[in-house]
Amino acid sequence: MCLAVPGRVLEIQERDGTRMATVDFGGVVKEVCLEYLPDLCVGDYAIVHVGFALQRLDEESARQTLELFAELGMLQEEFGDPWETAAIEEAAK
Amino acid sequence: MKYIEEFQDPALARRLLDEIHATVTRPWALMEVCGGQTHSIIRHGIDQLLPEQVELIHGPGCPVCVTPLEVIDKALEIASRPGVIFCSFGDMLRVPGTDRDLFRVRSEGGDVRVVYSPLDALRVAQQNPDREVVFFGIGFETTAPPNAMTVHQARRLGIRNFSLLVSHVRVPPAIEAIMQSPSCRVQGFLAAGHVCTVMGMEEYPHLAEQYKVPIVVTGFEPLDILEGVRRTVAQLERGEHTVDNAYPRAVQAEGNPAARAMLEDVFEVTDRAWRGIGVIPGSGWRLSAKYRDYDAELRFSVTDINTCEPAECRSGEVLQGLLKPFQCEAFGTLCTPRTPLGATMVSSEGACAAYYLYRRLGTTPAPATPREATGVV
Amino acid sequence: MSSETATDVLDITGWTCPAPLRDQPRIVMGHGGGGTLSAELVQHVFAPAYGGKALAQLGDAAALTLGGARLAFSTDSFVVRPLFFPGGSIGDLAVNGTVNDLAMSGARAAYLSCGFILEEGVETRTVSRVAEALGAAARAAGVEVATGDTKVVEAGHGDGVYINTAGIGLIPDGVDLRPQRVVPGDVVIVSGTIGVHGIAIMSVREGLEFGVEIESDCAALGSLVEAMLAVTPDLHVLRDPTRGGLAASLNEIASASGTGVVLTERALPVPAAVAGACAMLGLDPMYVANEGKLVAFVPREHADAVLEAMRAHPLGRESRIIGEAVAEHPGMVVARTALGGTRVVDMPLGEQLPRIC
Repeated sequence: MCLAVPGRVLEIQERDGTRMATVDFGGVVKEVCLEYLPDLCVGDYAIVHVGFALQRLDEESARQTLELFAELGMLQEEFGDPWETAAIEEAAK
Repeated sequence: MKYIEEFQDPALARRLLDEIHATVTRPWALMEVCGGQTHSIIRHGIDQLLPEQVELIHGPGCPVCVTPLEVIDKALEIASRPGVIFCSFGDMLRVPGTDRDLFRVRSEGGDVRVVYSPLDALRVAQQNPDREVVFFGIGFETTAPPNAMTVHQARRLGIRNFSLLVSHVRVPPAIEAIMQSPSCRVQGFLAAGHVCTVMGMEEYPHLAEQYKVPIVVTGFEPLDILEGVRRTVAQLERGEHTVDNAYPRAVQAEGNPAARAMLEDVFEVTDRAWRGIGVIPGSGWRLSAKYRDYDAELRFSVTDINTCEPAECRSGEVLQGLLKPFQCEAFGTLCTPRTPLGATMVSSEGACAAYYLYRRLGTTPAPATPREATGVV
Repeated sequence: MSSETATDVLDITGWTCPAPLRDQPRIVMGHGGGGTLSAELVQHVFAPAYGGKALAQLGDAAALTLGGARLAFSTDSFVVRPLFFPGGSIGDLAVNGTVNDLAMSGARAAYLSCGFILEEGVETRTVSRVAEALGAAARAAGVEVATGDTKVVEAGHGDGVYINTAGIGLIPDGVDLRPQRVVPGDVVIVSGTIGVHGIAIMSVREGLEFGVEIESDCAALGSLVEAMLAVTPDLHVLRDPTRGGLAASLNEIASASGTGVVLTERALPVPAAVAGACAMLGLDPMYVANEGKLVAFVPREHADAVLEAMRAHPLGRESRIIGEAVAEHPGMVVARTALGGTRVVDMPLGEQLPRIC
């Protein structure tokens, strides 16, 4: 349902009595409403949907999740991973 | 993009897939509730990489497709009126009503505009004080707060020429309706992560308990979906059924309290029809008494439009995984992506539309080389 | 008001398409989107009315023989809004669009015609700026505007300035570029990053405005094509993936050639800003328009040399092999995803719109 993407807050300002922010999505900058996340600060990441920041993105949690994934199946490591090899070959084509 | 690319990493995806392959011992039917997740699954070919025992049933979580025919017809009627500027998210423009769509209304002279945000529609209203500006307020719990804020702002700023055509839907009652169906095959749910960014996870424990199904809050990137599948399958294999959060970077247990408070203020729960499924009690929102003045249905007196869904369409059964699309008599004849009858053909990710597209390949897509390389079947 | 004109005017008997236009009694925006709707309009309305052997080629340009010479002939109309956008203007597009259509048949554009349709009330200064941009683009592409026309429509009946250009050029001996020549094994090369023009335009479109550090890739591709043909005249087909993006061009080629196309998704060159805008708006870069890129189907034995020549040219520095033609699934384009799955890259129906789900 809902296309929402993470963006980083560049700047915060009031407009018509509404808390708005300029948010960077990988080089694309868009005005976003901060009314639902009034505590968000410059530099924070937020999940943005149709021009509204809906939740702060927890960067520490993101890092932990990726670490967890990296630890999965560590045992196979020493035998080499045929998937990675295949992916690398594919990329090199 | 940061926090997107990392969660698309092929090497980490492989680790998750290996783990899922190693865990699963029996067939399981999981439903990803959200259309955004279905999109991601098809976009990245994830379903082809999972073990054969794991079946993903595409759920009813595309707000565009489940918006009932009756509401589309109301939208078309309002958008056709002189003096109206009808604003909508882009995806609603080609959703067919009974005899046309919003593109067609535009070709007949209607002023239909695509906006990115409902606040843009409010700005259109401020810039055109002599016109009536209507915003098509569709969507799940994720989209409802932005739309609620817009109505709230209209009231606060005294913008009288703005109104909302509301067709909001809620996820938990839909999960409940699916589980109550006597022939339901779903054994576990990937709950919609972005809905939970707003609503949190409080609505799910009693569903998991009552229907004995694991419910795992799941994100949208490939690694998120695989992690959701991994955790659901792990619970099923262990015989557990709890609520779990596989999307902790974006979902907090309590959701977004400010957004929930706004929803409480602007909307009230109502019964709502879902295209191709029927009425699900308590599954929708409408404007609360306080904001009734901003209800486009009342302002334009279209409440008497009552359209029935086509009887030939069996998308309700498809959505529950009871019927394969090609087993429906209307499939490919009466019902095609150009002339869809139900939700599952309306969206390009809907099960029927996907089948329609993929059957031209002759087979299901071939398994990828990497899977062959590892010898995992 | 629609009921009388709807079904009476168009005679739908004898139509062969399983999804006829009868559900569209009026023209919708999608008919200009370069996808299925556009193709159906040509197939069911224009071709039956005035189509001949030359039109049946349905390429970007028609290849004609006239007085012993092999000519490429093409026309294109330009209705872009806004008239000036990051990296170009309607004047640049009007030249480069037609020059590129000719280039896709291997011809270097020699002469252009240029018709202006102006809206009453548009500032003369604006027209002058457009004309200057058009002149500069023509000089850069080495083409001469040989004839022109001007019409004015009443205020409210146009977006300020519309331009139509047509062009002719000579096709060199031994060059025969058409989709029917594609065979399984051909290598698919794209001349650079995709989606840039479409995103640059969208960023300044009313109601969508966003800031982005990219400019339209609008450019004339004649010299790049010459550099490629200098390696071998035996290229199979070229297309410039404008409206409908790479997906539309590849589907057209697959459909006309009767081969399948397999893409390696992670090989597609998508700039970060395009990826960001697409993520935000829910678009797929493969369906977003380009104005200075081409896609080539090249016999496998020439692929490396052609790629090298493209990379040596300023407009082809980021050229990449993105896939190949295959015997399987004729007429279909399939992408191998980074994870190792596959997905069908379908022909777009009409224009792409921002979506929320």
